[in-house]
Amino acid sequence: MFNTVFPYLLSGISVGGQYALIAIGYTMVYGILRLINFAHGDVFMVAGIIMVYMSASGVPLLVCIPLVLLLTSVIGFAIERIAYKPLRTAPRMSVMISAIGVSYTLQNLVLYITGGLNQIYPTIPFISGSVTIGPATTKVVTVVTPVLTILLVFALVMLINHTKVGMAMRAVSKDFETSQLMGININRVISTTFVIGSFLAGVGSMLYFTNYTTVIQTSGAMPGLKAFVAAVFGGIGSIPGAVVGAFIIGIAENIIKGLDIILFKAGVIAKPMGLATFSDAFTFALLIVILAVKPTGLFGEKTIDKV
Amino acid sequence: MKKVLALALALCLLVPAVVLGETVKIGVFEPASGDSGAGGKQEMLGMQYANQETPTVEIGGVTYDVELVYADNGSSTDKAPSAAQQLVSSGVSVVLGSYGSGVSIAGSQYFADAGIPAIGVSCTNPQVTAGNSHYFRICFLDPFQGTVLANYAFNTLGAKTAYCLAELGNDYDVGLVTYFKQAFEALGGTVVDEYFPTGTSDFTSYLTNAAMYSAEVFFSPVSIAYATQIVQQAASQGAAFPILGGDTLDSNVVANAAKGTNVALTVTTFYQEGANEAFDTGFKAWLASDSEAMTNNGGNDMIAAVTVMGYDAYYTALEALKAAGSTDSKAVMAALPGVTLTGVSGAIAFDEVGDAIRHSAFVKKVNNETGDWEFVTEQTVE
Amino acid sequence: MKKKKWDSASILSALIVCLLYAAVFVAEQMMPPTSMLFTVLKKGATYALVAVSMNLLNGFTGIFSLGQAGFMLIGAYTYAIFTVPVAQRAIVYQYYNGGVVQFTLPVFVAMILAGLVAALFALLIGLPVLRLKSDYLAIATLGFAEIIRTVFQWDKLGPVTNGSNMLRLFPTFNDFNIRNAQGEVTLYLSTLVPLLIAGVCIALIVLLINSTFGRALRAIKDDEIAAEAMGIRLSSHKQMAFCVSSFFAGIGGAMLAMYQTTVQAKSFTTAMTYEILLIVVIGGIGSVTGSCLSSFLFVACSEWWLRFLDQKQVVGGFEVPLLRNGFRLVVFSIIIMIVVLFFRQGIMGTRELPDLLRRRPTRANGGEAK
Repeated sequence: MFNTVFPYLLSGISVGGQYALIAIGYTMVYGILRLINFAHGDVFMVAGIIMVYMSASGVPLLVCIPLVLLLTSVIGFAIERIAYKPLRTAPRMSVMISAIGVSYTLQNLVLYITGGLNQIYPTIPFISGSVTIGPATTKVVTVVTPVLTILLVFALVMLINHTKVGMAMRAVSKDFETSQLMGININRVISTTFVIGSFLAGVGSMLYFTNYTTVIQTSGAMPGLKAFVAAVFGGIGSIPGAVVGAFIIGIAENIIKGLDIILFKAGVIAKPMGLATFSDAFTFALLIVILAVKPTGLFGEKTIDKV
Repeated sequence: MKKVLALALALCLLVPAVVLGETVKIGVFEPASGDSGAGGKQEMLGMQYANQETPTVEIGGVTYDVELVYADNGSSTDKAPSAAQQLVSSGVSVVLGSYGSGVSIAGSQYFADAGIPAIGVSCTNPQVTAGNSHYFRICFLDPFQGTVLANYAFNTLGAKTAYCLAELGNDYDVGLVTYFKQAFEALGGTVVDEYFPTGTSDFTSYLTNAAMYSAEVFFSPVSIAYATQIVQQAASQGAAFPILGGDTLDSNVVANAAKGTNVALTVTTFYQEGANEAFDTGFKAWLASDSEAMTNNGGNDMIAAVTVMGYDAYYTALEALKAAGSTDSKAVMAALPGVTLTGVSGAIAFDEVGDAIRHSAFVKKVNNETGDWEFVTEQTVE
Repeated sequence: MKKKKWDSASILSALIVCLLYAAVFVAEQMMPPTSMLFTVLKKGATYALVAVSMNLLNGFTGIFSLGQAGFMLIGAYTYAIFTVPVAQRAIVYQYYNGGVVQFTLPVFVAMILAGLVAALFALLIGLPVLRLKSDYLAIATLGFAEIIRTVFQWDKLGPVTNGSNMLRLFPTFNDFNIRNAQGEVTLYLSTLVPLLIAGVCIALIVLLINSTFGRALRAIKDDEIAAEAMGIRLSSHKQMAFCVSSFFAGIGGAMLAMYQTTVQAKSFTTAMTYEILLIVVIGGIGSVTGSCLSSFLFVACSEWWLRFLDQKQVVGGFEVPLLRNGFRLVVFSIIIMIVVLFFRQGIMGTRELPDLLRRRPTRANGGEAK
C-alpha cells in the first residue's frame, strides 16, 4: 500500500511546495488590501517567460536567477502602483476587476511575445537531475522544493515578527485606517508586500518550471487559482495556513490522479472509474466545503464585521 | 471620441483591400498559437513553400495569382468558429486545414453554410468528413492509424498491457485512443485509458499510474505541447516503458525532448524524410534562405511530415481549381471528388466520403543520441 | 426614486430599438450572408444577453458572481443534448452508441429548458454560496463553474453529455432562415431571430429591474443591513436574483451553442467569465443599455475591426511595425485597462437609453454611481 501511494505523495509534496510559494503572495496581499490579486498567478508565469528569454539571449544561469527574481519583484511593484494604487478609495469590486484586467493584459502580452507557442524552460543544472527515493524516481527539484519552501517561510515569518517593516505589515492588516493615523507609510508597506509576494512567486516559478518544463501564457492561471484556494483553505491572511493548505491541495490532487489504481489495488473498486478527471475539480470542491463549514479557513482569525 | 475611433479603424481596414490583377484566395485554417501551434506552423510552411514554388494557377484560360489568406484557429474549438468566419467573409475559394481534428470539426459548419470546400491536411478523425459533402482530406484516418499502432505495440514491441493517455475533449486524442483500444483488445491485450484536463503540465502522476498498471507501452497521441512534457517527465522518472504516439508527435520539437534521454519514442506518420530527394533539398534550401521560416520549423531543417502534407494540400487545391475552371467555391467543391494527383506523400485520390485512399503509414523511431527520426517500417492494413 | 412612466424619451427609445431591428431585417435581405456584420450581430446578441444577466447580479444586486461560464455551459449542453436530431445521434455520440436521449425537443422548448436547468443548478449552488461575502462569493462561484465543467467532461456521463467530446449537428442560427423546396433561402432570418430572442429576454430583465422586486435588489446592493431592516428578505431575494440571472445565462449558453455550431465543455473556462465581466465593466456596472452596447462593441472589435492588427499591414510601401498575431489582444487589453482605471463609469455609467434622450439626465440615482 505504501509503495503504491508513495510516488503520488512525492509528486504532491513537490507541487504543494510550489503552490505554497505562490499562495503566500495571495494571502499577504489579501491580508492587507482585502484584494484577491488575480494577476498573481500571471506574475508567476511572467517570471517563467523572463527566464526563458533571458537564458536564450545568452545570459549565464547564475546571473539569470537573481536577475529574474529582481525583475519579478519589480513587476509586482509596478502592477501595484499602476493598477491598484489609483483605486485605493474605490469599491473593492473595482480593484478586483482591475486585477482581472491586469491578468488579461499580462496573458495577452505574453501571447504576443511568444506567438502563443510553448517555450521550453532552461535546465537549471543542480536541480534538474534525477534521484531515486525508495520506490520512486524523480527530479532533484522535487526534494529541494519542500525544504526550500520551509526555509523561505521561516525567513518570512521572522521578517514579519521581528522587524519594523513586519510590524508595520501586521498593523496594517489589523486595521488599515488606524495604522495610517499612527504614522505608518501605507504605500510603502503595501509595496513591500507586493515585492515579497512576487519574489516568492519568482522562486516558485523556477521550481515549478524546472519540474514541468514548458511555459505558455496560460501556465499561471491554474497554479494561481489553486494557490489562492490553498490560501483560503489555510485561512486567508495566515502564512503558515497558506503553506499547509498548499501542501494539502498538492497532495490531494496527485492522490486523485492515482485514485483509480490505488482503490483498484486496495480492492475497493473492480475497474477504473475515470476519477483522475476530477483532480482539478476536487480543489474547488474543497474550497466550497471549507467556505461553507469554516469560512475563515483552518488557521484564520475570526473577524467581526463592523456595521 | 469612440465613434471617431471606430470610423478610423474601419477606414484602416479598407485601405489594404485594394487589389491588383486577378487573384484567387485560398484560406489557410491552421493553428498558429496554442497547444498545436508548433505543428500548425510546420503545416503552413509546406503551403508557403508550395506557394512560392507555384505562385500562379491557370483557371479557365486566365492566370490567377494565388493568395493565401491566414486565420489562426488557436488550436482551440472555441476560437475556431471566428477563424472560420473570418475566412468565409474574406471570400476564399477553398480552405486548407486544419492540423487538428477538433478545430476542423468546429469550423466545418461555417464552411458548409457558405458552400466552401475544405481540404483537411492532417486531421485524422473520421468525424471530420463523416456526414458532409464539403470536407475532404488527404491524410489517412484514425481507425487505420490506431490499428497500425496497436499492431506495432502488440506484435513488434510485444506489449500485452497498454496505458493510454489523452487530453479531455480533444477529438483527435480521444478518437485515436478509442480505435487503438479496439484494435489492441481485439489482439488480446488489455488497455487502461486515462484523460487529463486541458492545460495540465504535471504528468508525473499519470506516468506513475502507467507504471502501477505495469503497462508495457505508454500510448499518448497528444498535442506537441503535452508530448514534450510527457517525454521529459518520463525521462526524469526513469520510465521503463516505450512511448508510442500518433502523427502529432512526429515533430522535431518532440524529438528534441527525447534527445539525450533513454525514452524510446515511436510514432506513425505520413512521410519519412529522404523519400523524395527533390522536395527535401528544395525545401531545405528555402528554409535556409528564410530565417522566419526556419524559426517556424522549430529552429532546424528537419522535415516534418505535416509540412509535406501541407505542400500536397496546396497542390490538391490548385488541381481542384483547374478542374473547376472557375474560382467559384461551389464549382471547386463539385470538382474536388474527381481530383487525383501524385503528391510528395504519395498518390492522392478521394473516396465517396471525401477521404484520401491511403493504406500505408510510416513508423518512425527517435534516435536518442542525435534527436533525429529514424525509419522503422512502412505498415499497411487493409 | 425614479418614477417609471411612459414619457416621450421612453417611447423614443422603444422606437429606436424597433428601427434597429427593421434595419437588421433589411440588411439581412440585401447583403451577402457571409458578411462579418452578421457574425458580429449574432455573437453580440448572445453576449449582450449574458452580460445583462451578469449585470443583474453584479450591477443591480451587488452579488459578485463569477460563475457565468458554468451556467452558460449548462444551458449550452441542455440545448444541444435535446436538439440533436435522432438520426444524427449515432454520429455525434459515436463512442456511446448514440447516447441515451433518443428524442428531440423543438428549438424554443429546448432553449427554455436550457434556462430552467441552469436556474435549477443555481438554486442548488446558491444554498451554500450566497451566504458568503463579496470576494469569497466570487471565488466560490468561480470554483463551481470549474466543477461543473469537469463533471460534464466525465467519461461515465458520456451517454448523456458525450463525455468530453463535441456535441454538434443540432439546429443553429442558420436554421432560422426560411428555405423553399429546393433548399434555397427565401427569407434570411438567421440574424434577426437571435437578436429578437436576446431582445425579449433583456426586456424581461428590464421589467424585472423596474418592478418592486428590482427595487428591493437595488436596496440590497446599496446597503444590505438597511435593506434587511426595511423588511426585505435578503436570502430569498438574493437566491431569486441568482436563479433569474442563471436562467438567462443558460439561454445565452444555448444561443452561444447555436452561434458556434458545436459545444464542448472545455471552452467554457473562467476566461470566458472574465470576458463577460469586462464587457459589463466597459458598458457600465448597473446599466442594461451599457452592457448591450459594449457587447456589440467588444465583439465587433475582437472579431472584426481590430483583426487587421493581427496581420502584417503595408501602408504606402511601409510595413507597420509590431503587427503580428496577438497584437490585437494586446491593444484590446490596454484599452480595457484604461477603461478600468480612468473611466470607471464605463460607457454609460448607470444611465439607460431613455436617460440619454432626456434633456437633462436625471441624477436621481447618482448616489449609487461610484
